[in-house]
This record gives sequence, structure tokens and C-alpha cells, in this order.
Amino acid sequence: MSAPNRLPRWADYGLLPLLNLCAALLISGAVIRLIGESPWAALKLMVAGAFGAQDSLGYTFFYATDFVFTGLAVAVGVHAGLFNIGGEGQAYVGGLGVGLVCLAFGSLSPWIVVPLGIAAACVFGAAWAFVPAWLQARRGSHIVITTIMSNFIASALMTYLLVNVLIKPGQQSPETREFGPGAVLPSVHQVMGSIGIPFAPSPFNLASLLALAACVLVWAFIWRTRWGYALRVFGQNPQAAVYAGISPERTILVAMLISGGLAGCLGVNELMGSEHRILLDFPGGAGFVGIAVALMGRNHPAGILAASLLFGALYQGGSQLAFDMPHVNRDMVVLIQGLVILFCGALENVFRGPLAAVLGGAGGALRR
Amino acid sequence: MDAYREIILLLAATIRVATPLVLAALAGLFSERSGVIDLGLEGKMLAAAFASAAISAATGSAWLGLGAGIGAAATLALIIAFASVTHKGNQVVAAMAVNIMVAGLAPALALAWFNQGGQTPQLDGPGQRFLGLAWPLSSFARRHPVPGLAYAELLSGHNAIVYFAAALVPASAWVLHRTRFGLRLRAVGENPLAVDTAGISVGALRYRASIISGVLCGVAGAYISTAASAGFVRDMTAGKGYLALAALIFGKWRPYPTLGACLLFAFADAGAARLQGVALPAVGVVPVQFIIALPYILTVLLLAGFVGAAVAPKAIGVPYSKDE
Amino acid sequence: MEPESPAPQAPGGPPAPALELRGIDKRFGPVHANRAVSLSVARGSIHGLIGENGAGKTTLMNIVHGFHLADSGEIRVNGRRVDIGRPRDSIEAGIGMVHQHFMLVERFTVIENVILGAEGGKLLGKGLAEARAGLERLGRDYGLDVPLDEETGHLPVGMQQRVEILKALHHRADILILDEPTSVLTPSEAGQLFRMLALLRDQGRTVILVTHKLREIMAITDRVTVMRQGAVVHETATRDTSPQALAEQMVGRAVLLRVEKGSARPGPALLEVKDLEVRDRFGVLRVKGASFALRAGEIVGIAGVSGNGQSELLEALAGIRAPSGGSIILGGRDIAGDAVGPRERRRLGIAHVPEDRIRMGIVASFSAEDNSILGYHGRPEFSGRGILKRRAIRASCERKLAAYDIRPPAPRLRITSFSGGNQQKLVMAREIDSNPSVLIVGQPTQGVDIGAIEFIHRRIVELRDAGKAILVVSVELDEIIGLSDRILVMAGGELVGEVPGEGADEGALGLMMAGVRGGARE
Repeated sequence: MSAPNRLPRWADYGLLPLLNLCAALLISGAVIRLIGESPWAALKLMVAGAFGAQDSLGYTFFYATDFVFTGLAVAVGVHAGLFNIGGEGQAYVGGLGVGLVCLAFGSLSPWIVVPLGIAAACVFGAAWAFVPAWLQARRGSHIVITTIMSNFIASALMTYLLVNVLIKPGQQSPETREFGPGAVLPSVHQVMGSIGIPFAPSPFNLASLLALAACVLVWAFIWRTRWGYALRVFGQNPQAAVYAGISPERTILVAMLISGGLAGCLGVNELMGSEHRILLDFPGGAGFVGIAVALMGRNHPAGILAASLLFGALYQGGSQLAFDMPHVNRDMVVLIQGLVILFCGALENVFRGPLAAVLGGAGGALRR
Repeated sequence: MDAYREIILLLAATIRVATPLVLAALAGLFSERSGVIDLGLEGKMLAAAFASAAISAATGSAWLGLGAGIGAAATLALIIAFASVTHKGNQVVAAMAVNIMVAGLAPALALAWFNQGGQTPQLDGPGQRFLGLAWPLSSFARRHPVPGLAYAELLSGHNAIVYFAAALVPASAWVLHRTRFGLRLRAVGENPLAVDTAGISVGALRYRASIISGVLCGVAGAYISTAASAGFVRDMTAGKGYLALAALIFGKWRPYPTLGACLLFAFADAGAARLQGVALPAVGVVPVQFIIALPYILTVLLLAGFVGAAVAPKAIGVPYSKDE
Repeated sequence: MEPESPAPQAPGGPPAPALELRGIDKRFGPVHANRAVSLSVARGSIHGLIGENGAGKTTLMNIVHGFHLADSGEIRVNGRRVDIGRPRDSIEAGIGMVHQHFMLVERFTVIENVILGAEGGKLLGKGLAEARAGLERLGRDYGLDVPLDEETGHLPVGMQQRVEILKALHHRADILILDEPTSVLTPSEAGQLFRMLALLRDQGRTVILVTHKLREIMAITDRVTVMRQGAVVHETATRDTSPQALAEQMVGRAVLLRVEKGSARPGPALLEVKDLEVRDRFGVLRVKGASFALRAGEIVGIAGVSGNGQSELLEALAGIRAPSGGSIILGGRDIAGDAVGPRERRRLGIAHVPEDRIRMGIVASFSAEDNSILGYHGRPEFSGRGILKRRAIRASCERKLAAYDIRPPAPRLRITSFSGGNQQKLVMAREIDSNPSVLIVGQPTQGVDIGAIEFIHRRIVELRDAGKAILVVSVELDEIIGLSDRILVMAGGELVGEVPGEGADEGALGLMMAGVRGGARE
């Protein structure tokens, strides 16, 4: 029973993810060099693109908000031992919920439409997660495969709905009409402007507050409630959960519904906060970014918040990069994302061992 | 006569659609029987599809492309093995990491090298693709459709990779049950401790299985971009790796039933493709999105109807550690 | 492959030992598992290696088998130094090991298991045929009859052990190490095993028997080495020692081989089991119509070789596994159904210490305090309106750590940082603290050091004297006899006999464990 190398918390939650990120960036740099561009110049462009101006900062926060939702979604699953890769599809369908509410009640007061929209996002996202959850709970179907399949199915379903049902009549591109005035979350620059602080326009909006609230709620749920306790017991040791009278089926369903609901909230940020209509493929891969964010943030809301900001910056910086370097496109960010998952998730032991050795056996020895 | 013709053509299409699934599923079979979950099939195939198309476009040789595809997929297989066997990392996470990496890297490299928006150039030069090999007398046979058309379409006329995939099924069964390697492979997926204490290296066996998986994924990827189509486009594997994995599970990790599951998927896919635009009685025209989604829906249904836990290799997904 | 023989011999000196260990030292992190262990095993002898749980016996043998690597020291086989870095080296040196937990592929046939690692070529055909002939010969010579084409997982455990021995012999083992081989055998099967080991010895092979059972050492070994806390503390010819002397060497002080307890004053039946039938997850009937009652102020022990339905019985009582028939009556109510799960049963006053602590009783990555509420996390003292009462949980855990002398007294420490004995004491504390009327205990002292064993036994007796009903399942016959007021014997899924704990006869129990009916049951 030799426990894996245990690190002090600050190293586990701070230093190690940072090292892993550096490794991922280093390899990405090598790829950029391979393409024939300068990695250093690319990095500078990205940093400038993400933080250089008020509006780019706004975009960074806007993307980060998406990733908080999808990252939390992955983390809640992981705490229950479930790898929910369906965040993308759940976000997509969650957006359908937001959109339907906004299209139907867009003329009412925002005080009614916004809560309704958030609720619809959660319900639709959760509903889309329900099928894989139920199949895992009752039939033992591998949840990784069923959630991946649910992404493909969500994509086909949404395309069908947008092309054939929800499309604004007399229009070519498959998107709905614009939401009514009540179905709009104010953006941060509007709010700031109304109290006299000028801020450059960007899609950064009040859904970010919802994301922060979600962080706090998820933290409290996982570590401070008996249901969170049950979830963690099941995730760590399913047999002990059965012994303790915790129902596996119920736990799987609860975890996946919460996970799906969180992913669905992405629609609040994207649609109510920014696009004000449903359009094709609006999640744009954020569901998958959630995997990297959760792994890097060690499935803790604080870590997820930090990792989301980082990936928000990568996304925004990546757009800038694609604009300035003709041979580099946004796909490079997807590569970095994959590398972060590799290093933070599958290869974490590579740095963990040496790090534990460098930081001295003292902590490790005492804790054994 | 038309119905006969339709059926023959449908079956021929099934064979073509099934080929990459069979290759990938058998790739997964070797890996999973050794105890390593192979969710990385998708990424390995996509990487191979890109590498094959890129090298074939650059050199004008589909065979060099195939070699490059195999090399790319095997490299990724080694990365996954390094993470999950050597460092005992989470196999699912390692595989998903590779899948996402490739989804980004392949179009990024394609853009940089070919400047065609993340695709490779159209492969239309001589020797850049794997084309069908007409068997002797097949044009003669076509003149006598029964049974000549079956001969010409089903047996003859496929490219080399299709025949390779067909031969691979009995070969895999033979390796698994008649060779020392197969015995040890089956053992390590069931009880790695038994293998270790019998004086056999668990790691080496799993690495070998991973490399086999990589090589076969390489062939599957090459098929997708240089045989079934003429070049690489973004996300062109479209979940085939996951479908293959589902077929493997449905086939209870055995070669022949897995082949059957692949053919079933392929048949549904090929059949649905033929329904496109056709008005069906009582249903009307089936939406194209439904046809696209059909294999995925089928996968979920098959997995739901089949509880795999009891027959899965026992040690699957668990990194081997002596301390257990 | 064939071990070097004859043994090199100094002119005029004694023959070189079959196996010699010099200064073997091994640490696992801060745990010093083996301290400069030296050991010499004569060719053609049966050598006993005895010690408490955690004394380092298994680690030492795993080093000899190449499963772990020693930090320092050397291994000599037949007088020749060998470098054993992996199991292959050990096998090539002619050493074979039968592990306590069998190293078999359950889905393989017997013959596939036997040839694994010695297949005789890249293709299986020829090797299989040769192996079949060889195995049939071995079967005749040693009475090791095993159906070669049967799926191994379907064989009874005693048979599986034979497969392990055949495997070692097929791999040309000259030195055979058996780690706690009798823990899965009935006394009569153990007798059979010992006769076979004697036969092997008489043919010049060397046997090392690792055990913690004094009885076995006295019965079969020629010499015995005692280990304590990772070091060799005593070595002697078996005929020159006694069980009492060995026990004191093992523990390092005089020990009570018996549990101290007064006589029981049984009250009314608290829990009644009638015609209980339980199936495992494959649908195989594992408990075949068990009926018994647990009375207040009484300890009932279930004796039996592991795998005879005890685990399924325990799980059915605890509500983890739904029985397929019969009833469990608590306070006049039948609770056997699926509707009364583990949580509800805890509420009704049934506490359960599971057989497999690591797999079921604790969550390895959790702290002591989080583990101290497992199963009780919904109780009002630990959570209100769904919110965990962190302070109350910590205070309660601190109280348990103190009351059960669990060290270190650190509630926030990870549970795996505690020794096995302390983990088990925490589980006991958790279950007893819930103030149950019925306590079900599986393997109360498995993987627990002697100090903790005595403590746990005392607590169980105290609980009995407080008027609770207690059911103990253990594969340690000594423990059952020492602890129980009444002993039920389980064999083949049935309760085949009942005897009073006072003055229970081991031999008679052993016969019943082998399935011979007896005892006075109404």
C-alpha cells in the first residue's frame, strides 16, 4: 500500500499544474517552430491579444465564463467517478432551452425571463445528460462512449432544428430570429457605463456572476453537504458506497444531472449574454475545454476558476494569433488543450515523483 | 433485377464502410485484451489519415503515405502507453488527450503546410490513392449479373486495404488462441499479477499490444483519407474510432463477433445513406441529420442492450501496480 | 532452466543450503519491512517461517521471488549467488511460489494457467501437448489430480491451489514457497496438502512454509524461523521448541492465547434468520437455507473455510445483497427485502464491520474523520438539512480516536497513513459508537497486529456484556473458538453444525467445516 507521492497542497494545486502547463506550452512552441514561426513572437502576440486592451480582456473573461461552467460540469462528474465527455452536447442542448425561453418570453421583463432562461438551461442540459446517466446506472453502458455519442447526436439534432424548424423565415443561415429585449443579460461594459465607468465593448456579461455563484455552490455541495459526501464516497470507492447505504444508481443520476445542468449554463453566457439568438455550433468546443480546465484545476472550483481564466486567455490570444500569423490558426489552441489534458491528467505522475523528491521526503514521510 | 442490383451495391458499400471499423476494432481488441482501454482509436486514426494524405500528396505514393500513417498512429500509441503503462496514468484521460491533440494538430499542420484551410490537397495524381483491384474476368462477369455482379462487386474491385482487413480477422483469432503471445496477451488483460509472477513483463506485453493497435489504426486512417476519399479534411474520422470501440464491446472482445458488429454498423450506415432524399411511406423524406446521427444512435442502443461488464477483460482500465 | 545440481560442496564440509539469504534489507518509504534478514534453508527440508501479520515474512518471500527488489543483501541458491531482479530470475533459479492470493487467470483453463510463462515455444500446440503429458505424470506421482480443461475460476479453492503448485512444478521449481497455504483449506484438505509437501521433501525438493499458525509449524516443519518487526528473532529445529515458546518469540512477550471472558448470559433473540437463501452476482446459490438466532448478550461465531457462503451471508444481513429467499426478522419485522437497505438497517440498530476493510470499510483517500462517519453521514448529529456539521464530526472523531487508542490521534490525517490495526479500530469504533443492538463483524482481526487484536477482542466481549447480540465470521478457527459463546459451522453454503464455544474441539469443528454434519441442532 505505498501511497503515491503526496505533495504539500500548495505544490499539488499550484506548482504542479503550472509545471504541466509549461510542458504543454513548450511542446506547442516546438510545433510552432516546426511550422516555421517564432514561438516567442507567438507567445507575445497571444499575451497581448488576451490582456493587451480592455476589449480583449473582456473577451478573455467571456470565454473564461464558458469554461467555468463546462469545467465544473466535468469536475462534478469526476468526483463521482464519472468521466462526462458530453459537456459539449449538454451545453448545446442547454442553449436550446435558453433559446426557447427567450424566443417565447423575450418581450417580458428580464426579471422573469433571465431566471427562467437559467432554469431552462439547467433543465435541458441535465435532460441531455440523463440518457447516458441512466444507461450507466441501469445498464452499465460505458459513460465515456455514450456521452461522446450524445455529443454527435446533439449536433445532428440541433442542426436539424435550426435548419428545418427554428430558422428565421426568409433567411439563409441557420439561426433563429433575435431574442426580445427582455431576454438579454446586460454586458459588463453597459453596467459599468451606467455607473459612469467607461469600458470598451465586449461580450463579457453578467453571466459571469452566475459562474462565480456556481463555483461557490459546487464547492459547498461537494464538501459541505451529505449528498456531496455520498458522491465522493461513490467516486472513490463504489463498494464502500454500497456498504454505507449510498445508492449507486441515484448517485450516478444526481452527479450527471448536476453536471449536465452546469454545462447547460454555457448557453446563458453565450446566447443570453452575447449572441441573442440560437446559432449553429455556438459551444465551439468549450465542452472539451472543460476537461482540460477541470484536470488542471484539480477538480476544485478555485482551481477551475484559475484554469478557466488561463484558457480564456489562450482562446482570446489564439484568435489574435490566428489573425496575425497566417500560418497559425485557432486549432493550435485545441492542441494546447490536448497537451494540458495529457500532462495534467495522464502524465501527472511524471513530474509528481521528482517534485516530491525535490520538496523533500519530510512532508511525504510524515504523511504516509 | 433492380432489387438484386440494389442489394449487391448496398452490400458492396457495407464492405467499404466496414473496412476502417474492422481495422480499428481489431486494433482496439489487441489493446483492450491486454488491459488497456483504447479510447484513443479515434485520435490515432485521424492522425494517420492526415499523415497518409499529407505524405501521399507530397511524394505521390499512397504506400509511402500508408507508412507515414502507421508511423504517426504508432507514435501516438506509444505516447498513450508511456502515460498509462509506464506512468500508470488514467488510460481514458490519456486517450482523450491524444484525441483532442490530434483534432488540433492535424488541421494546424495542414494549414501550415498546404495552406488550404486545414485540408490536404486533393489526391488525384497516379498512385496517390489506394484504388480498387479488379479481379480477373470481372468485366466479363458483369455481363452476367447473376451471379456475376456479386463476384465483380463483392469479391473483386476493392482496394488492397479491404482485403487486408478481411484477412486480419482470422489472423487475429489465430494469434489470440494459438500463439504464446496471444495466451500472454489474454492473461495480462485478465490478471496482470499472474503474468508478472509467472516471470513475464506486464509492461512489455502492454506496449506490444499498444503498438499493434497503433499500426492497425494507421492502416485504418490511411484507408479513410487515401482510399475511401481523396485527401484529408478536418475531423474526417467523425467518431469512427468510438463506433469501432462500441463494436468491440458488442462483439464481446472476440474477433468474429466484432466483425459481425462492424458489418452491422456499416450496413446501417450504408443503408441510411441510400435513403437520403428518398420519400418513405408514412414517414416522408428522412432528414439528412437523422441519417448522419444514425450510427451514433445505434451505438447507444447497442451498448444499452448489452451489459458488457461481465465479459470485459477483468483488468481493463486499471494501471498495473504491484502494491494492489 | 534446470537448477544446477548436484549442489557444490566444500570438501568435507556440509552440503550448501538450497536457499540462503544474507542481510536482506528492505524499506517501503518509512516502513522498515526487512531488517538485515539472514536465513538458511537446507536442501530437502521443510522450513517454517512464522511471524505475526506485518512481521515481514511475505515481503521477504516476495524478494526471494523477485517480486520486490531488496535494498541490500544477497540471495544464494545451492551455494551460488544469484541476482534476482524480477520473477523470471527467481523461476530460472528453480524457485516457485504459491501466493496466498492465487495468481491464476480465472477465465483460463487449468492447462492454460499452468503453461503461462513456460509455453515451450512461440506456438502453443506442441507445448500444450507436452504439458498435458507432464501434468498427468505429476498428477499420478503426487496425487495432484486436477481436471486440465476445466475453467479455473469454476474450481473450488483447494483445487485452485493445486493448480498453483502444478504451475510451480511445471516451471521446474526445486524450492517451493507457500505463503499461508491453509487459509483457504479445510483442516482435512490442509492435511492432504501437508502429506504432499512431505512427499516433495522426501524426493529432495525444498519447501518453505510461511504461516502464522503455530499448529502447522509444529505439525510439518523440520526447522522454523521466527520473524518479528522485520527481523529474524529466533531459529531452531522444530522438535526443540513448543507452541508457547514460538508464540512468545513472535510477539516479544508472554501472550494470552485465549480471549478472557466471563460466561455469557444470553437474553431474548434480537435477530432471527429463517431459511435464508443468497445468490452471488452470477446467480449461484451461495447460502442455502440458513436459520439461526442472535440473542442479546451472546457472541455467535461462524466457522468455516473462506468461500463457503459466509461473505454472502454477512452481506445479506447487512443489507448489501438482497437474499433470494427466506427472512431476516428484527424486532418482529421482516427486513430481508430489498427495501431495507444498509442505511435503513443501521437505523434499525444493525452495525456492520465488513470483512474486507480496504475494499469496503474505508475510503482510502479520505481522512480519518471523513471515514469515521461513513454510513452514518445522514444522522442528525453529523448533518442537518443536508449540511455536514464539520465541527461535530471532528469532535466525535477525536473522541473515537482517544477511546480506542488509535494512533496518531489526528482526525485530518488520511486513513491510509494509519496502520492496519488502527484502521480496523477506527472501523470498530464507528460501528460500536452508533450504539447498535446487533453487531455483525467479518474478519475482526485480519491484517491486525497482536496488540490491536487483544484490544478488539476485549471490545467485542464488552459489547456482549452490555447486552448486545454479536455475530462474528472469521477464517481463524482459534479466534472463533476463543471469542464465541456459540459456534455455527458453515460448509458449502449450509450451516452444518452448532457447538457451544466453551470447550469446542478443533478436530470436530474441522470435520464439520469439511462438510461432515454434526453437532446438536434442533
